Amino acid sequence: MNKMTPEIVGGVGDSPRKVETTEKVLGRAKYIDDLYRPNMLHGAILPSPHAHAKIISYSVEAARALPGVKCVITGDDFGDDFMGPFIKDEGAIAKGKVRYIGEPVCAVAATTKKIAKTALGLIEVEYEVLAPVLSMVEAIAGDAPIIHEGLESYTKIFEAVSYDNVMSETTLSEGDVDNAWSDCDLIVENVYETQAQNHMPIETCGALAEEDGNGRIELWSANQSVFRVQANVCETLGLPMSKLRCLTPTIGGGFGNKMEAHVQPIVVKLAMETGLPVKIVLSREEDFEMIRARHPFRIWIKTGVKSDGSFVARDVNILMDGGAFSDDSPGVLGFAVLCSRGPYRIPNMRSFGRVVYTNHLRFAAFRGFGNPQVNFASEAQIDEIANKLGMDPIEIRQKNAIEAGDTWFGGQIIESSGLKECLEKAKLASNWDAKRNNIKSDRNYKRRGLGIAVCGHISGLLGTGAIIRLLEDGTVALNTGATDIGQGSDTVLSQMAAEALKVPLENISLAQPDTDGSPFNWGTTASRVTYTTGRAVVGAAKEVEDQVKKAASQMLECSEDDLELVPGGKVGLKGVPGHEVSFFDISKFTHWGVGGPIVGSHTLVYENPSIDPKRAVASGTPFSNIGAYAFNATVVEVEVDERTGSCEVLEVWSATDVGRAINPALVEGQLEGGFVQGLGYALFEEMIWDNGRLANPNLMDYKVPGSMDVPYDIHSIIVEHPEPDGPFGAKGVGEVCIVAVPGSIANAILHAADVKMRKLPMSSERVFDALRDKEENNAT
Amino acid sequence: MNSKQIISLEVNGDKRDVTVLGTETLLTVLRDQLGLTGTKRGCNQGVCGACTIMVDGFAVRSCLSIAGFFDGANLITVEGLAKNRVLSPVQQAFAEKGAVQCGFCTSGMMLAANALLEKKSNPTIEEIKEGISGNLCRCSGYKKIIDAVQEAARLIEARAGVS
Repeated sequence: MNKMTPEIVGGVGDSPRKVETTEKVLGRAKYIDDLYRPNMLHGAILPSPHAHAKIISYSVEAARALPGVKCVITGDDFGDDFMGPFIKDEGAIAKGKVRYIGEPVCAVAATTKKIAKTALGLIEVEYEVLAPVLSMVEAIAGDAPIIHEGLESYTKIFEAVSYDNVMSETTLSEGDVDNAWSDCDLIVENVYETQAQNHMPIETCGALAEEDGNGRIELWSANQSVFRVQANVCETLGLPMSKLRCLTPTIGGGFGNKMEAHVQPIVVKLAMETGLPVKIVLSREEDFEMIRARHPFRIWIKTGVKSDGSFVARDVNILMDGGAFSDDSPGVLGFAVLCSRGPYRIPNMRSFGRVVYTNHLRFAAFRGFGNPQVNFASEAQIDEIANKLGMDPIEIRQKNAIEAGDTWFGGQIIESSGLKECLEKAKLASNWDAKRNNIKSDRNYKRRGLGIAVCGHISGLLGTGAIIRLLEDGTVALNTGATDIGQGSDTVLSQMAAEALKVPLENISLAQPDTDGSPFNWGTTASRVTYTTGRAVVGAAKEVEDQVKKAASQMLECSEDDLELVPGGKVGLKGVPGHEVSFFDISKFTHWGVGGPIVGSHTLVYENPSIDPKRAVASGTPFSNIGAYAFNATVVEVEVDERTGSCEVLEVWSATDVGRAINPALVEGQLEGGFVQGLGYALFEEMIWDNGRLANPNLMDYKVPGSMDVPYDIHSIIVEHPEPDGPFGAKGVGEVCIVAVPGSIANAILHAADVKMRKLPMSSERVFDALRDKEENNAT
Repeated sequence: MNSKQIISLEVNGDKRDVTVLGTETLLTVLRDQLGLTGTKRGCNQGVCGACTIMVDGFAVRSCLSIAGFFDGANLITVEGLAKNRVLSPVQQAFAEKGAVQCGFCTSGMMLAANALLEKKSNPTIEEIKEGISGNLCRCSGYKKIIDAVQEAARLIEARAGVS
């Protein structure tokens, strides 16, 4: 947590304010809804009123005739071009049939928002209503209506196991589960259920597109990757990527919902049809109904242990609601399967999962990517096991925790693990031993408990790049294509460049993502930007270092091997202070004299395989190389009200192994924010459907945590076990901080009130019911 | 409700006359007519607080405020907090204490904090929590926002001591 090079202001280990913060506090940062173009039209989207129906015909003449309306488009205006990161099953707009209430059916562009909305009311669509599939259990029933008749013929980018309403099926096993149960002294088997959670960044989804006279399109949108936006729009509209330039304004939060397409393909189509700029920004209600959410899971889990607490075998069966389109679902399932062992050694392991189509909106990536669901099941069950064995929850976790050199489920070698240190530090900081054994509320009808849960989570995945240029005056331009969604990656990547080149942070400029000029970046997702893009930045900086040394060797007439970077943007002779040339002089020399302008670049794809075929048997796995693992131990103190069942989190200790904290204050921001988003997920957030229609698509009825719902005392404990190939040892922190939250709260409730919560959210109603059931059972 | 009306507002110290429809809100007047886009629309329902502005000294949700009722009112938006390119104490504190992540709630949050600090010069953590309870933030855990409001109180006191 110390600064790496004390002389470098804003280098690694320092906590400078984020590079864009001043713009934000001045209210000058421009988000998608703040962008306007001359002669800009406003778009609006007609949502499907049916969960499952055939589209028979459209009647759009009245809408087209409304003064001010410039364009009305329907499914008839689109070809059969599909997008999808894993299974290409989704068009830009419904065509032939609708699959969820809220799915875009038609779109309008008009001179004002009001006219566009009025025009929607004049469109008539004739439907033939089909029987809907309204739950994941219904989806796999023998007589279930089929949601995607063309599933077999869809393009799939991995060896997907898909049939009927089953979008994807994944299996993974190690050891010999069936024969291991006889070695176990205790076997516990439970079912856990989790709910749909809405991402709910305060900024809703939106886009603004404009076609120029040459047929080239510029697209600004709220996104987590301009490159995924480009791919999705081009795939669904049949455009070559060279025709579409995607850019990013400031992003008002994104927790997975802005990674894949939202309204961008529709907005581009409207701009192409009208030849004018078109903007659509969704209302909160539209965003709730139309976009995406966290997958509901049903998890059967059976774990066998020895009486000394060592884990022997586990069998897991996962059923996931994927919603109407595949989106990231096969990836989320694959990762959930991979995480179903948790960060433990369990020699005999089998995990089977299915994600199914239903007539709900798309479920997709959401901070944690399938891990929070399986972690809740695993961590809650481990406390039940510990209780039965009479073991302390931290002791049983320490006994089975994986360490560096162990393998993750599937066979990937763990290069660094601070899990045991996280457990130890969370235990000490929370005063666990004393509190756990003697905890009492000082308030009537309240019971207090202390709970813990732990996790491992990746940082990594897929391709990324960085370009660093030395400007004429020796200051530095960095370009990565990574979208900062508020977490601070622009700052962290700039700090890394500053540290690697030994220049002050203020000498680094950072380009905003632009598909015309930025190197490819898969996206701000999978906790990957610090780790993966950071590696690209360090690689590009190394190239720049080599080039400035080469130029300096000519200027100083010495060997490159005798040169080193000197803090402050200089190259000097090793061991001879003062004998140096500045980046300013070097850049003048290379621009106008010898060698040419200095440009360093580096690209990579995360390389370590997640499955070792010698250890594990796998099928239907969507990722071959997944990422480095970060670790977390979360301890919470919770108070349960016996009269109402409501639970209040009083204090939190979140110990996280981030490899190396590039910016400790921003790490804290993630740990605190991730915890609170997890608290909402654990205790009250839930999207509820009434016969296929979302019953709570607004903030009055869908509650997210406010300041009164969360504790002030969230203690961030930063643990640093450097990842060997991480940039300065860093790993990602964006998701590892949310994963263990539901399990930690469930375990604290178990400790406080002796009730086993196996369904999220653990609302006051559910906890109250559990308390009452316990009382009734005790009475009989 | 479709009748047009001309109203006079004082916005960040400037007199602005605007023509409004019966249903138009202060939020759309600020964003769409005056180009003051620092005030954000998060839910348009009065829940998230991203559209919070100060009206005659009180924190008000501009998305629920029918513009026609505010003829003659004095409005302060995020664009009016800094004076002569110097950040206000609340802005300074939010920037320094890491209270800003995506920034979409920040304008409203700062205006709510401003209103709180005008009433209470040295609020406790509980009072701050209550003061910002109508403003949702989805990125932070509120802790750094609370720290920022306390820091803003200190800065206000320090600046008053200097002048």
